[in-house]
Amino acid sequence: MDRVAIAGVGWAGYRPSTPEVSYKELTYQAAVKAYADAGIDPRRDVQSFVTVAEDFLEGTSIFDEYTPDQLGAALKPMQTIAGDGLHGLATACMLVNTGQYDMVVVEGHSKASNVLTLPEITAYAQDPVLNRPLRLNSDFIAGLEMNRYLFESGTTLEQCAQVVVKNRRNALDNPRAPYGADLTIDDVLNGLPRSWPLGEHEASRPADGAVVMVLCSENRLRSLACTPVWILGIGWSNGSASLESREWGELPYIQKAARMAYNQLGISSPRSVVDFAEIDDTYAYKELQTLEALGLCSPGEAGILTEEGYTAPDGELPVNLSGGSLGMGQLFDATGLARTLEAVLQLRGEAGKNQIPEVVIGLVQSWRGVPTTSGAVAILGN
Amino acid sequence: MGMRKVAVIGAGMTKFVRRALETPKELAWQASHMALQSCELTMDDIEAVCLGTAPDSFDGIHMNGEYLSDGSGGWNKPYMRSYVGGGTGVFVPIQGWYHVASGLFDVVLVVAEEKMSSYYPHAQAAFLTIFDHTTERPLKPNLLWIFALEMNRYMTTYGISKEDIARVSVQHKRNAAHHPAALLGDAEITVEDVLKSEVLAWPVQRLDVSPVSDGAVAIVLAAEHVAKRLTDKPVWIEGVGWHLDTSYWTNRDLAYPRYVEYAARMAYEMAGIREPRKEIHIAEPYDPFDYKALHHLEGLQLAERGQAVQMYIDGTAGRNGDLPICPSGGLLGVGNPIAAAGLMKVAELFWQLRGEAGERQVPGRPRRGLAQAWGDLMQVGTVVIMGR
Repeated sequence: MDRVAIAGVGWAGYRPSTPEVSYKELTYQAAVKAYADAGIDPRRDVQSFVTVAEDFLEGTSIFDEYTPDQLGAALKPMQTIAGDGLHGLATACMLVNTGQYDMVVVEGHSKASNVLTLPEITAYAQDPVLNRPLRLNSDFIAGLEMNRYLFESGTTLEQCAQVVVKNRRNALDNPRAPYGADLTIDDVLNGLPRSWPLGEHEASRPADGAVVMVLCSENRLRSLACTPVWILGIGWSNGSASLESREWGELPYIQKAARMAYNQLGISSPRSVVDFAEIDDTYAYKELQTLEALGLCSPGEAGILTEEGYTAPDGELPVNLSGGSLGMGQLFDATGLARTLEAVLQLRGEAGKNQIPEVVIGLVQSWRGVPTTSGAVAILGN
Repeated sequence: MGMRKVAVIGAGMTKFVRRALETPKELAWQASHMALQSCELTMDDIEAVCLGTAPDSFDGIHMNGEYLSDGSGGWNKPYMRSYVGGGTGVFVPIQGWYHVASGLFDVVLVVAEEKMSSYYPHAQAAFLTIFDHTTERPLKPNLLWIFALEMNRYMTTYGISKEDIARVSVQHKRNAAHHPAALLGDAEITVEDVLKSEVLAWPVQRLDVSPVSDGAVAIVLAAEHVAKRLTDKPVWIEGVGWHLDTSYWTNRDLAYPRYVEYAARMAYEMAGIREPRKEIHIAEPYDPFDYKALHHLEGLQLAERGQAVQMYIDGTAGRNGDLPICPSGGLLGVGNPIAAAGLMKVAELFWQLRGEAGERQVPGRPRRGLAQAWGDLMQVGTVVIMGR
């Protein structure tokens, strides 16, 4: 794959609720910023548009009907991917690599505050015959997975709590993060159980927000006056759809997605290459489980490294400097784009108080949430 | 950059039926299995999977693409679901095309599945929530009404009679009589039958409309160097196009589908086609309603505005005519499991261009065909041009 440039980024939010704007207005705000950032006119310059969205979260059947106007994409080649933002970026990378479309826009948004019955909706993703009759709540399934992961890896509850403490502290320095807090490990451990061993502070809370990105080929970039960040590799994979036949302690689909991305860069071990990572922390334990799946540490090592400060902002491998989903909020399918945005700002040196020195390569990873085994990984460089 | 050529090398489909006993996953599996068998591949040969399925509300499953992933062969593979409403069936092969054309993958499985019967008592109710929640939903419109508006506008603008439009339904359903997977094939149907069928929302009558159906279709795509190794008869994807118009469909003149025209021009340009009426030998325009086939033929530049019906009157559109239209039997005849119906058109071109369409085979060894789908709020056009 030829590398693809991220030429412009824009965002709106993130906040627990945004009653004064519709999802279209939220997306429009992000789009205007992204187009100004790249110095382009969407009507003139963009050949193709991609939205990532799911009908039930939007409360609209055939939601792709409502995607074009706020992006300037009416009467243009526009498609919706029922995937995470990273799937959207992967789609844009493929479109650019066909050689037919040299500039593509990707959009993702969350208007979770509109959803009155969020737990019921996410539970509706379960198999209607085999699982739904059991009335399993999504957090309950996460609790099961967490328990299995702790059992297999020897990770402790304190180590999971440390992820919460770190990410929500990081969020205090991120102007986009609404859930920043200065907590202690005891604060986290003393929270009410959500689904044992998963505690209430260890689950990310929903937020509203929108992210828009302008991607283009290396050729097209020459005529733009912007500082690019490059997508050097991108991979995605699914695991087992059924709860009954999947691995619960490990994340083989994340391993597979990561390998696909690493292969595009020609690297076998990411540890020596990656300077920072923005990875899934929908639930605190996921950050640890994911670090191991990505090969950024050995199995069973992530908790210990986190305790030792290896993943702290001043550690060897800062993880979720942005505050992650625990700090920025759960943005559903916009999550991958929100994390890519943070990586872009780091690589441009525009991450403000969260900026770390001398960054060259960042890794972004996302997961589509319970009950999916769908994940993606992108490697970015400046 | 020289673009990679992409071929269709295999295809399979389930029967289209009103109520399938299979689960959505099983339907997807059956079609995938047949497509793989048709080109003697197994899942081990497949590098990535693309899925097309229309709204989650039919299957009644949030993130339906994730649910369908194992049935579609997406386990342990890069897997993605694309979505452009009713246009999805002809978009998902475009998604497969860019997977291969990008150079990331050499062999990709493309699956389209729809199970509309899960929606009880009738899938129409899934369409009540497609409208704008503020400006339209309070009026409680349903899908048939907006088709009735559009059909009426089309008829009035060009002075086309219901009798002539009914010819489309008759011809497609007669074509489908030869399709082994068809739900509503009828070799004996007449214009009279269509005009006497129940009025649903005037001018739309029951036999003007395709049926609610369950079914799945799958095709296998391969890069040139792989396709040439696997088959003597690759069918190349020569052009693709898609366009989505504004959500504010009430501001459009419904007499003419400009979004289909733009999608077609995009595909013609890529395929190097200047005179589509001469260079396209078979067309499978989207025909969920009989007038829609005419509407789309005009958008595709295969007929002058208001003149498409002449192709049915003078026999041009017949299976033995100069430009056979929907030799498969289309949605009106084979059935309309939304996304699967679009991909069925692409599979039909594959079989027709390879000379494998059996009783449905059009004469004269056609070299190039076009499939098109439409969707959303009178809003999206998707076009694939294939040639041998």
